[in-house]
Amino acid sequence: MEESEATTKIPRSRQCCICKDRRAALKRPKTLEQICRECFYAAFEEEIHKVIVDNQLFKPGERVAVGASGGKDSTVLAYVMSELNRRHQYGLELFLLSVDEGITGYRDDSLETVKRNEIQYGLPLKIVSYKDLYGWSMDEIVKAIGLKNNCTFCGVFRRQALDRGAALLEVDKLVTGHNADDIAETVLLNILRGDIARLGRCTSITTGEDGKIPRCKPFKYTYEKEIVIYPYTYAYFKKLDYFSTECIYSPNAYRGFAREFIKDLERKWCKACVLLEGLNRGLPKLGIGRTRGRNGQQRDVPQTNGGMKNMESKQRGTLDF
Amino acid sequence: MHLTLEFGGGLELLCQSVKIHNVEVDSPAGDEKLTMKDLLSWVRSNLIKERPEMFMKGDSVRPGVLVLVNDCDWELSGQLDTTLEEKDVIVFISTLHGG
Repeated sequence: MEESEATTKIPRSRQCCICKDRRAALKRPKTLEQICRECFYAAFEEEIHKVIVDNQLFKPGERVAVGASGGKDSTVLAYVMSELNRRHQYGLELFLLSVDEGITGYRDDSLETVKRNEIQYGLPLKIVSYKDLYGWSMDEIVKAIGLKNNCTFCGVFRRQALDRGAALLEVDKLVTGHNADDIAETVLLNILRGDIARLGRCTSITTGEDGKIPRCKPFKYTYEKEIVIYPYTYAYFKKLDYFSTECIYSPNAYRGFAREFIKDLERKWCKACVLLEGLNRGLPKLGIGRTRGRNGQQRDVPQTNGGMKNMESKQRGTLDF
Repeated sequence: MHLTLEFGGGLELLCQSVKIHNVEVDSPAGDEKLTMKDLLSWVRSNLIKERPEMFMKGDSVRPGVLVLVNDCDWELSGQLDTTLEEKDVIVFISTLHGG
């Protein structure tokens, strides 16, 4: 390593396109803007505020439960909701609501995270368990039914458990951490299952308005990448505490396939850009013929620095709802 | 070259549940600089103990794995072509976990 380069960490990226001052730390998946950490927090939080205001998700004085699993989405949601409630004076009374499915080595650990969040954010926590509500824990259900169809039980029970927990808390609304990527997966799953009724309503920001307790998704327009990166870029201020282990009973869940498929699609390159890049670099055959392997190993994309950047800026996968 | 590698979002489970690794990685022979592409293949053969397909796909990370080089999104520094320097900090975070 050259000594001159080892002394300081030379920025290897351009300046932020919003403040035009600090160096960019992130490429936003929705807009492809290059943005610094500080402008990112501000934009991330204010966009969620705008979604809440534009869609009139809440009324002052309402009691709102945040469905909290201890995972990344709900942890970031609980944090952002309590911040925005304070900053913009929504006048909401917020609660954390968790479901204990009774999965040893998974949910018991993630509930510990939620219990820490209760203290960190100062939000009262209510935990409802499958064992108490139904007399069966997921551990017992899996013993009885095996690892096939167990997710159906868990999904149906969780939905009702959240409703019952919300009723116990006497809240007016329940918010969940479903993000834009989750909704894209759900759209695809509902198409694959031929579930037209769900396909119609799965993209609604608020559902169940006819029932007792409506549910809403303030992260409907928020990309997963930003939710994941938000606590990481926050590291120097306060690291958000969340739990990140896959459920031990869901390795074969159908959703995983939809998720991978969509993630793969997002990486596909624009063909016109590949052809143009070839022409511009004097390699006119660049995008001609099949050079990419089945699993996307060898791409017909130049592996040079500038070339890659060019391509990425035309990346597909900016799914909008 | 001394590097600090951090695995998060569940990826640490692939390397014996250790989140932070302080490692020495040799630069390629000659004047070549170490790139992220070199580092990924080094990580795959030296740190990943199980299910490498959860971390990599082809010669890059699996779609859905975020990479930060010195707290900066690697999409801004050239992804696989990002050149690494002494004491760089590289963070790998899986987004493919439940939430």
